[in-house]
Amino acid sequence: MIALHGIVKQFGDRTALDGIDLEVPSGTVQGLLGPNGAGKTTIVRVLTTLLTPDRGDALVAGHSVRSDPDGVRRSLGVSGQYAAVDEKLTGYENLRMVAQLYGMRRRAAAERARQLLRDFRLDDVADTLLAGQYSGGMRRRLDLAGAVIARPPVVILDEPTTGLDPRGRRDTWDAVTSLTDEGVTVLLTTQYLEEADQLADSIAVIDRGRIVADGTAAALKQRVGGSRVDIVLADADDGAAARSALQRDGHDTEAGDRGRRLTLAADEGGPGLSRALAVLERAGIDVAEAALRRPTLDEVFLGLTAGSSLEPSAETDSAGAGRPGAEETDEALPAEAAR
Amino acid sequence: MRPVRAVRDGVVIARRNLIGLRRTPGALVTGIAQPILFVIILAYVFGGTLGGGAYREYLVGGILAQTLTFNSSFTAVYLAKDLQSGLIDRFRALPMSRVGVILGRTVSDLVMSAISVLVILGCGLAIGWRASTGPGSVLLACALLLLFAFAVSWVGALIALTARSVEVAQSLGLLWLFPVCFISGAFVSADSLPTGLQAIARWNPITAVASAARQGFGNEVPPGFMSPGGWPGENPVLYSVLSCVVIIAVFAPAAVLQYRRISRR
Repeated sequence: MIALHGIVKQFGDRTALDGIDLEVPSGTVQGLLGPNGAGKTTIVRVLTTLLTPDRGDALVAGHSVRSDPDGVRRSLGVSGQYAAVDEKLTGYENLRMVAQLYGMRRRAAAERARQLLRDFRLDDVADTLLAGQYSGGMRRRLDLAGAVIARPPVVILDEPTTGLDPRGRRDTWDAVTSLTDEGVTVLLTTQYLEEADQLADSIAVIDRGRIVADGTAAALKQRVGGSRVDIVLADADDGAAARSALQRDGHDTEAGDRGRRLTLAADEGGPGLSRALAVLERAGIDVAEAALRRPTLDEVFLGLTAGSSLEPSAETDSAGAGRPGAEETDEALPAEAAR
Repeated sequence: MRPVRAVRDGVVIARRNLIGLRRTPGALVTGIAQPILFVIILAYVFGGTLGGGAYREYLVGGILAQTLTFNSSFTAVYLAKDLQSGLIDRFRALPMSRVGVILGRTVSDLVMSAISVLVILGCGLAIGWRASTGPGSVLLACALLLLFAFAVSWVGALIALTARSVEVAQSLGLLWLFPVCFISGAFVSADSLPTGLQAIARWNPITAVASAARQGFGNEVPPGFMSPGGWPGENPVLYSVLSCVVIIAVFAPAAVLQYRRISRR
């Protein structure tokens, strides 16, 4: 349904996309996960016909972005992180306009707009508030409604929850889930691992213009190895002592929560947990909590994009998976902004 | 059918623009207050020196041409706003006509220009301007003025699409207006200018549009004013129409081409 073949895009000397190959089967949700500046938005702009790739081609519902951009536009709905709604229009007027621009007749456009306002729970303010007076979450929902108004087979969501509060994020997730229930093919870019994990059937990790990994969340976690042990110390002051004790036993640890929380790889599973606890007990360090778990996508992400200068978070508190709002909004890349 | 779709999409966009205009009364104030100020300043500050009552009558045609040219900056600013807000990107990802977005803008800005024409004629009546011809002739003059407003609106569109930020569009959109409007016969006799500027003023479409409007209203040139010479001066209506056609033929395709090329962010 969506296929990218060898997409290369350069902005001056900088290679934004360095040979992207990706296939998204019909009716699935493809997550596109990467740090700021990895190339996510450039991929979206290629797929939405706003940018022409330097090399390669992309197909959306069988239409080439190069030779049939209008066919692509007819098959596509887009909702971006900037929620491009007209602030001077009401929700109803916004949706009716978008429907008409998709080629719907006036009456059909009006009916469809009303229906979507109900579906997206915006009908109570549809005629009373201008879109400029909407909250961030409402704007995003309105934008999303515009993206699906012509029932396109493919919907592209560019960081749909960036900058939203938890409630807005939850609402947006629900809306995306209901889309997939209708069999729409979705490409979703995000910098939040939790979001990709929740919504996507398959996740492509993109870093510096390349796809560095592609697969289900479980498969990606598999790639980074086995289980992890999380240990929370009773006293944060023991952090350094605990780390060196585990180090002597051959374990590299990551510390978080001001040294109180330690994470280490335990490929052998249960015995690894017991052994780590034994080491700490011998060192006379009190443990408040200890748990064995699968790696989080954060760890997967950092493992796969290691060495990137654009790591999403300097804090290696690996347990706190993808917190929206914790990072800066993905602003324009300097080279692209100049265009 | 591409032209049909361009018009259909243009109507949708124009309607959207007009709703926005209605909800931004501030924009209307500028469009109304500016010509009133120009009428008062030119009629009573400059007018006394330039010929009093006869000059005030002469002035109305000039103010009309100048104000409508200035209105092209509305096109520039509002199109630049849509570009900056990301709305144009949304439009560009829709299966809509490429021409439609700009056409919608230039058409809705015609409404602003029609308001300007009414305001100026009202002001004119207040300062003693009268049309000595019939209503048909006055209406034709107004139609020509609006054609001219539509044409220069495409210049504003090209400026917005080239500048792409509201601030740049605003300053660029105003900058060119001053020399273009004042090196003309809009407010003074074109033939009173120094030789080099005289040729520019004679062939300046604004001179022709102002003269054509005066002709349509039956306003005489004040005593001591030389009528603009040269072919455009003798055929102001024909030259005005030709100018509009040329402006549209050059700037509309240029604006559409630029619209296709732009890529924000």
